[in-house]
Amino acid sequence: MVKKDLEKVDQASELNLSRRNVLGAGALVAGAGIIGSQMIDPIAGIAHAAGSDAPIKIGFQAHRTGIGALYGRWYERTTNAAVKHINSIGGIAGRPVEIITEDDGTDPKRGADVVEKLATQHKVDFVFGTLFSHVVMGSAPRAGELKIPYFVVSEGYHVASGALNRYVFQPCITDVRAQISAVSGWMFNNLGKNVTIIYPDYAFGYNHRDYASAAAEKHGGKIVAKIAIPPTESSYTRYFVKIPKNTDVIYHVMVGPGVLTFVRELGEHFGPNHPQLFGFIDSLEGVNISSPGLDFLDGSHFWEAMPRYASAADSAGSRFYRNAVGVDNSGASKSDSKDVAAYSHMFGCWETLFAIKEAVEQSGYKSKKDYATLIETMEGFTGFNEGIAHPQGSKAFSGKTHQCYGQQFVSKVGNGKLNVVHKTSIADGMYEPETDYTKQSL
Amino acid sequence: MSSWINENGPLLFLALLDGTVTAFVLALIALGLSLVFGVMRIVNIAHGEFFMLGAVFSWFAFDLTDDPLWGFLLALVLAPALVGGIAVFSDRFILRKIKYHPESTIVATIGLLYVIQSLTLIVFGPEARAVEAPLYFRIQFPWFGYSGYKLIVAGMSALGLLGVWLLMIRSKLGLYMRATQQDLEIAKTYGVPTKKIYAAVFALGGGLAALAGVLVVPIRQADHLMGLEPLLLSFIVVIIGGLGSIRGTIVAAFIIGISDGIISVFYEPTLAKMLATLFVAMVLVLKPSGLYGEEVA
Repeated sequence: MVKKDLEKVDQASELNLSRRNVLGAGALVAGAGIIGSQMIDPIAGIAHAAGSDAPIKIGFQAHRTGIGALYGRWYERTTNAAVKHINSIGGIAGRPVEIITEDDGTDPKRGADVVEKLATQHKVDFVFGTLFSHVVMGSAPRAGELKIPYFVVSEGYHVASGALNRYVFQPCITDVRAQISAVSGWMFNNLGKNVTIIYPDYAFGYNHRDYASAAAEKHGGKIVAKIAIPPTESSYTRYFVKIPKNTDVIYHVMVGPGVLTFVRELGEHFGPNHPQLFGFIDSLEGVNISSPGLDFLDGSHFWEAMPRYASAADSAGSRFYRNAVGVDNSGASKSDSKDVAAYSHMFGCWETLFAIKEAVEQSGYKSKKDYATLIETMEGFTGFNEGIAHPQGSKAFSGKTHQCYGQQFVSKVGNGKLNVVHKTSIADGMYEPETDYTKQSL
Repeated sequence: MSSWINENGPLLFLALLDGTVTAFVLALIALGLSLVFGVMRIVNIAHGEFFMLGAVFSWFAFDLTDDPLWGFLLALVLAPALVGGIAVFSDRFILRKIKYHPESTIVATIGLLYVIQSLTLIVFGPEARAVEAPLYFRIQFPWFGYSGYKLIVAGMSALGLLGVWLLMIRSKLGLYMRATQQDLEIAKTYGVPTKKIYAAVFALGGGLAALAGVLVVPIRQADHLMGLEPLLLSFIVVIIGGLGSIRGTIVAAFIIGISDGIISVFYEPTLAKMLATLFVAMVLVLKPSGLYGEEVA
């Protein structure tokens, strides 16, 4: 079975190989052009040569340290795996890709500094990879001032809300508003109407609070309590006493170094007789579901962007991706089963690099002077097809909001793993655009 | 009244329970800071890092043995000893070199904080790592459940406090410490080896923080930045209790722990932190030596 799948993947790579040949031919033509132009104008010829052979430099703003370190580690592994694959199929527009990584400490102020350093010192073509929403909020204005395309992998609604600027794109990870719109109907209809929401006390958490409340109105549900927890908190019991008795469902989403403690203390507080639990996988991202003290989660539900556990339903692209990023069938590192991946987020890095590749190749981007064309080209995109480049699934893309929309999953915990029980359509998460970045000047 | 108790009784019970656990752990951490100030007259800004090192060593012990109980027992013995060793080393090669000058030691221990933190970042990595509790069970009260291990933590912290108290009043080392605290010159004259006492006190302070780290790590996770919060809380406790007073430290830890529990449960955890800080400011204005501190001339 597995062998067969690998064969399928090989066939898929062959398709890419033929594409490499095409690119190779293109490079030959370009090379001929250089020789030709050198005969007319030697200086222009040198500039051309640098444009076609020099690597495309992509600055990676990574959360290597700070509260996002776990995500940062996996974002970095995924990015490196994607670049390895992209370079093996001929790079971007025939040019090799070079990643320059800088740590932002999951800190908004350092984030802005990192964007500046990547743009002005390392002179990268693009900056990409930021996750935590407060860091995106802190860094994106600097990218706008420096007029450098900034591709985030963050989930926050900040891109689509219009709060940022025309240089910021989120092409390959669905935002929180769309995630909630897509799965909350299922939650209200299947688990219960009275919902208590527990969320981190900053930008990303407020997206959850606001759009879960909006979804409750739409689906005849009620948010009975909203409990905000600072993301640096280390003890949670005192927050759980605030959960009202008439709660049918606890909707929880937590991030930061304390997530395991959060879920474990939730179990200690309620024991086996807890309300229904509907969690965003962020509450358990990077945490083994069969850790001691988590058995109470059996039968509870989680939103996942990309199923952590491999199943027969996975596409060939999804399998290729899982193998390439070094993750086993239960969502842990192949070399260390204790090292569980941030699987519902990190695909965004892989896919975003392919989106950049597509935009560069379609726009004919050569150097920084082509930013306007590149941005306009990406704004013209309407979506991406499922495959090796987009293993999480097909996506719709809005040029107005610079945001993509993808399918979501609801998984149920059983036998110490997450099993997908519901898959939404892309349309389930879509909403009317609230902004139009294309009207901003470049 | 009875309806209030019916409605809020369980909340009050949880607040007291959670507050008591916090208080015991806090007392253990703050006591180390208080002893160091009392005897050596220095402020150790790196105290929280000793707590963090205890937690990190605990993770290594757990990883090495791959068994929660043996890992815990190993860490319980080794972590305070190793951290004590680091403290002795720091005393010998940093603090003694700058002659325990109050301002210089603050700067030196800030440096020590960053050195320990960065070395941990390099060796241990940036992420939070979980350590399994040696005993895992849940106590079901009529209204809610509570972690049994947290009660063990409170109990073991109490034993630690009792141990320090016995050491101070029953042992020769304790006698020397108290003598050095009361008057350094006279203690020297009577043949108290004050240099060794300084090293011992710094090691004891670090060891107590490390012990607290070992106890606490299974109910949270180990990460290289976890030292900051206990440092701030210890300062609050030590300032309120009176620098150098064991009794003051324990009383203040309970005031802060219990009030933190009650305010967090009935109002907001953030408000509890704000009020604690306000309380410190008031103590500094109204009774600068703290509740049980000696009057500073």
